[in-house]
Amino acid sequence: MSPAVDSDVRIYLDPTSERTAITRSLAERPASLEGKVVGLLDIIKPRGDVFLDRLETLLTERGLRTLRFRKPTFTKVAPVDLRHEISTKCDVIVEALAD
Amino acid sequence: MGTPLPEGIVAVVKADCPTCRLVTPVLAELRAAGVPLTVYTQDDPAFPEGLDPVDDSDLDLSVALDLDTVPTLVKVEDGAEVDRIVGWSRPHWEKFTGIEGLGDGLPEMRPGCGSLSVDPAVIERLAARSTGLRSRRLELARLEDEAEAFFERGWTDGLPVVPPTPARVLRMLEGTTRAADEIVASVGPDFADCTVEKAAVNAVMAGCRPEYFPVVLAAVEAACTDEFNMHGLLCTTWFSGPVVIVNGPIATGIGMNSGVNAMGQGNRANATIGRALQLIVRNIGGGRPGEIDRSTLGGPGKYTFCFAEDEANSPWEPLSVERGFPERTSTVTLFAGDGPRGMCDQKSREPESLARSMAWQLDSVWHPKLAMLTDAVLVVSPEHARVFREAGWSKARLRERLLELTTKPLSEISAGAQGCAEGMTIQAGGVKDALGSPVGDGAGGDDVLIPKFFPDGLLIVHAGGKAGLFSAVIGGWARGAIGSVPVTREVKQ
Repeated sequence: MSPAVDSDVRIYLDPTSERTAITRSLAERPASLEGKVVGLLDIIKPRGDVFLDRLETLLTERGLRTLRFRKPTFTKVAPVDLRHEISTKCDVIVEALAD
Repeated sequence: MGTPLPEGIVAVVKADCPTCRLVTPVLAELRAAGVPLTVYTQDDPAFPEGLDPVDDSDLDLSVALDLDTVPTLVKVEDGAEVDRIVGWSRPHWEKFTGIEGLGDGLPEMRPGCGSLSVDPAVIERLAARSTGLRSRRLELARLEDEAEAFFERGWTDGLPVVPPTPARVLRMLEGTTRAADEIVASVGPDFADCTVEKAAVNAVMAGCRPEYFPVVLAAVEAACTDEFNMHGLLCTTWFSGPVVIVNGPIATGIGMNSGVNAMGQGNRANATIGRALQLIVRNIGGGRPGEIDRSTLGGPGKYTFCFAEDEANSPWEPLSVERGFPERTSTVTLFAGDGPRGMCDQKSREPESLARSMAWQLDSVWHPKLAMLTDAVLVVSPEHARVFREAGWSKARLRERLLELTTKPLSEISAGAQGCAEGMTIQAGGVKDALGSPVGDGAGGDDVLIPKFFPDGLLIVHAGGKAGLFSAVIGGWARGAIGSVPVTREVKQ
């Protein structure tokens, strides 16, 4: 039997996007925060700011420079401009998920 | 067809056909008599022996000639068909070829057999091939259980799906005039493009009929807007999912339920349109519970939650008209909502009294002491709607009264008030809503009035069975720019 008439096989269509997720490795972690700029990202979940305020105090006491960032809403992906700004201004980032 | 038809006579046969085997000597007679004959064979490329058959096992020629029967003889002049006969009939073959005395010893006539190109076992494959469906093919062996195969691949919502064969998907695509490769939306959380074809595959799986498909497409478009924020809705720890409310002629046209048990089971259109949207979010968007979907408890509405408004018996304008569409326009309105919570009021015969009952139920959305956080849909049943109709209350009046009744002084709903830690908090600079805008005078004194809802966030629709002094509140997720804004889209054929 030729392939076209092979009734032993049934054909269905794939319902997915057929995309393959790209595996990305984590960025290398610095051995020390010495001289680094630490970004503090508030996703605006309740009390995330409380956590970040405390962290900022502790980091500043150690003589580190911190920068604060804020997502417009925790329910959406951070805008590309914000992601770009963080990546260009900070060496490391701490994100407060709050939940 | 890729190649032109050979001049003379084209014969199409298959070895599996007794009539084709019967006429093999006759074909040899024609060849011997000098008739320009080309024989195409559909199954065994060596059949008929001695006649140099051309392999048509991919059935390209058979499909191009639109054959129903083998053997078929086709007369070709200048590359085009001018005549054809099917089966075996001595007088027909003699007249067709102009040669007398064919098939000595054969019976006078024999009907042919079915062409493989119309065999149900292969027709789906042929249909798919000839119409350019682009989805990856999944081949299952005959002994594999197709329902199990779809579960195993993680492509279902936990219930069995209708297997999306190419033929079923092609029939689904008949439900729209849009091209199969057109992109409907970018579906979160993966933000993958969903083509009309991919939507059709999932609509088949959900159990939709082709006439529902335009509603599915409109629902996908509405859900995947930035305002509706399907991505965030899918990811939230809250209960909500996309609630689809259908208005306009298409609702009755496809037999949707807006009456008895409108939000319940049993109506195919209601059940499968909402399910198709969820399967698209799962399979195209990659939104799977336990992965990106982090709902603490979820809810049955996340299988499907779709119903139509009962416009014919409503005392009010339809939701779609209220939201800016002309009357008799078919629309879907997407609302990020939980399951319905029932409210009973069997005693109120005055609108003010009934509105108070409704307001108490609306107070309970999220938490009686949390305000300005969420939207809600109030589904008013016919028996309750009658109270407002008889009193001459418009929908706008009911909404206004509900907004008043659900507005509370801060002293009642602040965190810690009434012996409960949950509640509204006074931020630095006074009471602010979720986006940081001041409420009231912004001072945050105990007497500041805090509205539970906003005027654009309290949707009122009419649906349900004729008996029962019950209405329902569908509580929302996070509202506005923080979370989700209800979105209405026209359903286009």
